[in-house]
Amino acid sequence: MPDNREHGPLALAPALTLSLLLAPVAAGLAGTLLPAFGYFPVVGAADLSLEPWRVLLAEPGLERSLALTLWTGFATTALSLLLALALLATCYRTAWLARIRRSLAPLLAIPHAALAFGLAFLIAPSGWLVRWLSPWATGWEQPPDFAAFGPQDPWGLSLVLALTLKETPYLLFMGLAGLAQLPVESWSAMARSLGYGPTTTFLKVVLPQLYPLIRLPVFAALAFALTVVDVALIIGPSTPPTLAVQALRWFNHPELGWRLPAAAAAILLIALTALSLAVWEGAVRLLARCGRSWLIGGGRGGRGSWPRRLALGGGGVALALAILGVLAMLIWSFARRWNFPLAWPERWTLENWSSQLGNLLEMVWNTFAIGAAATLLALVLSVACLEHEAHRRPSFFSGRSLWLLYVPLLVPQVGFLFGVQVLLARSGLDGGWLALVWTHWLFVLPYVFLSLADPWRAFDRRYEQTALALGASAGRTFWRVKLPMLRGPIAVAAAMGFSVSVAQYLPTLFAGAGRYATITTEAVTLASGANRRIIGVYAAAQTALPLLGFAAALWVMRRRRA
Amino acid sequence: MLALLALLAVASSATATEPAWEAIEKAARGQTVYWNGWGGDEKVNAYIAWVGEQVKNRYGITLQHVKVADIAETVSRILAEKYAGRNQNGTVDLIWINGENFHAMKQNGLLFGPFSERLPNYPPVDTVTIPSTKLDFTEPVDGMEAPWGKAQLVFVHDSAKLQKPPKSASELMAYAKAHPGRLTYPEPPDSLGTTFIKQILLELTDLREALQEPVTETSFGQVTAPLWRWLDEIRPHLWRQGQAYPQSAPALRQLLVDGEIDIAFSLNPNDASAEIERGNLRETARTYTLTGGTIGNTHFVAIPYNSSAKEAAMVIANFLLTPEAQARKQDIAIWGDWTVLALDKLSPADRERFAKLKPGIATLSPAELGTPLLEPHPSWMERLETAWRARYSR
Repeated sequence: MPDNREHGPLALAPALTLSLLLAPVAAGLAGTLLPAFGYFPVVGAADLSLEPWRVLLAEPGLERSLALTLWTGFATTALSLLLALALLATCYRTAWLARIRRSLAPLLAIPHAALAFGLAFLIAPSGWLVRWLSPWATGWEQPPDFAAFGPQDPWGLSLVLALTLKETPYLLFMGLAGLAQLPVESWSAMARSLGYGPTTTFLKVVLPQLYPLIRLPVFAALAFALTVVDVALIIGPSTPPTLAVQALRWFNHPELGWRLPAAAAAILLIALTALSLAVWEGAVRLLARCGRSWLIGGGRGGRGSWPRRLALGGGGVALALAILGVLAMLIWSFARRWNFPLAWPERWTLENWSSQLGNLLEMVWNTFAIGAAATLLALVLSVACLEHEAHRRPSFFSGRSLWLLYVPLLVPQVGFLFGVQVLLARSGLDGGWLALVWTHWLFVLPYVFLSLADPWRAFDRRYEQTALALGASAGRTFWRVKLPMLRGPIAVAAAMGFSVSVAQYLPTLFAGAGRYATITTEAVTLASGANRRIIGVYAAAQTALPLLGFAAALWVMRRRRA
Repeated sequence: MLALLALLAVASSATATEPAWEAIEKAARGQTVYWNGWGGDEKVNAYIAWVGEQVKNRYGITLQHVKVADIAETVSRILAEKYAGRNQNGTVDLIWINGENFHAMKQNGLLFGPFSERLPNYPPVDTVTIPSTKLDFTEPVDGMEAPWGKAQLVFVHDSAKLQKPPKSASELMAYAKAHPGRLTYPEPPDSLGTTFIKQILLELTDLREALQEPVTETSFGQVTAPLWRWLDEIRPHLWRQGQAYPQSAPALRQLLVDGEIDIAFSLNPNDASAEIERGNLRETARTYTLTGGTIGNTHFVAIPYNSSAKEAAMVIANFLLTPEAQARKQDIAIWGDWTVLALDKLSPADRERFAKLKPGIATLSPAELGTPLLEPHPSWMERLETAWRARYSR
């Protein structure tokens, strides 16, 4: 029953959230659009023109760069979605689902840069896998030289692999959240009584209902794969690189005039992303239409143990690669010398850790404080919006306007961060704590809101009604009944938000003016020194922090049960 | 205000330097300096942390080291600040730069100065045998940046595996053909990669003088033709058949450490010794230069035009030039970066600081290094990088 009472300040929550979210993105885009069309007076370009586009389009590597961007983006998203759905389809009625759920948290916690480093060392011609087999099995006294596979391979296969390792757990997480909203139990009981196998039931009954629930996360995954910078820098091809990396190279070119074609490239990347999302959606609809006859054709399917083995095998390989990669970085952090073809370091040391300890503590504190502040802000505003919505339908952030929350995730970071930098410099906020928390919050909020929204909406309102009927005030009901009951989902959302904040590189750099170094900015900076021993220290610390967040969330949930 | 007057005094009169400098030191007390620089080397970071302790104790200055992966990020930020009209209270007070970025910042009015030649510790700077202290990539320094360290291209190999390393463009070519996949260079626009290309260009071209002038359409074609022939010919014999390149100087060194290539190079003649000291390179690693000599340059610190702590930034730039700080920097156990001071201009006690330094096992003597070749005009780099991309990155 709609409840039309005004809820005072709560009524402002959606508008406030939206303006805090969209204003910097819009201002940032404007700050990129102007230079893209020739207006950048500070380097002496004061007339609107198409010159930056001419320079961009004349770039000899552009075609290949675009092809590479599209190929890695689509391949990653398709592969991750396929693997995530295959695992869900074959395991959703088995004990495996709980195991998958448990293994997700650590995978979600590994920052993508750390994962990329680990994977790069794992699969390089002089990497860990080859070292295990050399020279006794391969006969290689020195690393082989092959161009087709390994970090920086010309077709971006290792980039696709690295991104898939990172996106599959994310899509699985979102898929599990979606499943929880559907009456899967009763559907599958009905389908089973009609003789459908479990996997076939998933594909024919559950998936058509599930996909709309994960459409936006899939979009976010596709946009991320098309526009990612740090992973592509570490493991992606470079001659030419993907468009996002190329844009960043021009943004960083010593000759300042290159900022203009860089801005044009960023705008091109935005257009490419929008187009790709549309193509993806079109393809999904086409697939759904083509699949209709199969859907209603009456095929019952088997027990599905063979596809399950295949899906679990794929998931197992992905899990093993991710864990081995992180493990390799951890070992490097204790190595003094570790030359090819040794499978283990020749000499060990604690020096890498001890020399960084003072520095690390400061970074950990900064990372924690920024992450906690941004997450707390995101929690408060998400809860305010959801509470407002619970008392006043139709809600704002569901259905068609939900995508507004996704804007910071769908717009390429290189496309608006330079503009945000100018905006912050103009307002005198740059290098300040406020700007930093705000910028992190832009990327934290969508994840926090999305992981909170479903449990919040599923909350049985009879608990509240009972409390109100017993004479408790609305405030007391919220604080003493609803909030404690939703403690588990809040803890998970907080851990998720915190892990997103920890992983932010460009936003920290741009908003913090480099004055607040976090584990991640330090890791990426040291990564430019290619010293695996030190990178290992920071990659380990970078993984540990969000892991602790997830562990804390788990602890909160356990306590609730007890 | 007083400090600003003192600044003007320093800038206008060299004779009245002493009292004016005292005023600057006084104004610097209590200021915080955000020093932005490449932060990829923990040796350098540790050295800068030491500088921070020293200037805190001696001058009451707080030094915050802002580590970046690419100094261009900092140039971008200063540019954004100028664009936004933030001409005071900028977020950067001191910046560690090389010739290419210096050229761009000077041309776009992003630097404060002149200041460097008026620093009390400037006089012993070796402007004679290190001409690049006055002429940074052919751009006159004009006091807009203070020299910090000397760089020269040296090649690194493992003498246990490779006794007679190739010492010229033609020997490198022969080596690549005999040992496919064992040579590479960092991808331009990485500065070491571009330096390597310029080195080959200097050796192959007959028109060296043209490189000291700004590039023109005709000169570019004539001067660089032999370079492209060489690069085209060697490419299929490079690491990964020239389809991928390491992205930075440290990445190149890591390939040598991992055994994927046989020869690396560095702009720091002490780099190999310092890395042996750290257990990263084998004790058998050695350095050498090419027969015709190699390119050398200087790296500097500069002060952005909108810094809010210009006095303290100058005091730090001055401290970096003390024989004490320069000798510590040259110690391979600390960093191993060469001094820009002329030792014969120092007092015997200060000379002793350098004489006491442990010689690097893989470091060449000044005589073996020879006089460094001059960097071409920066306009060549831009053209070389663009032409390189057009050929090998498409």
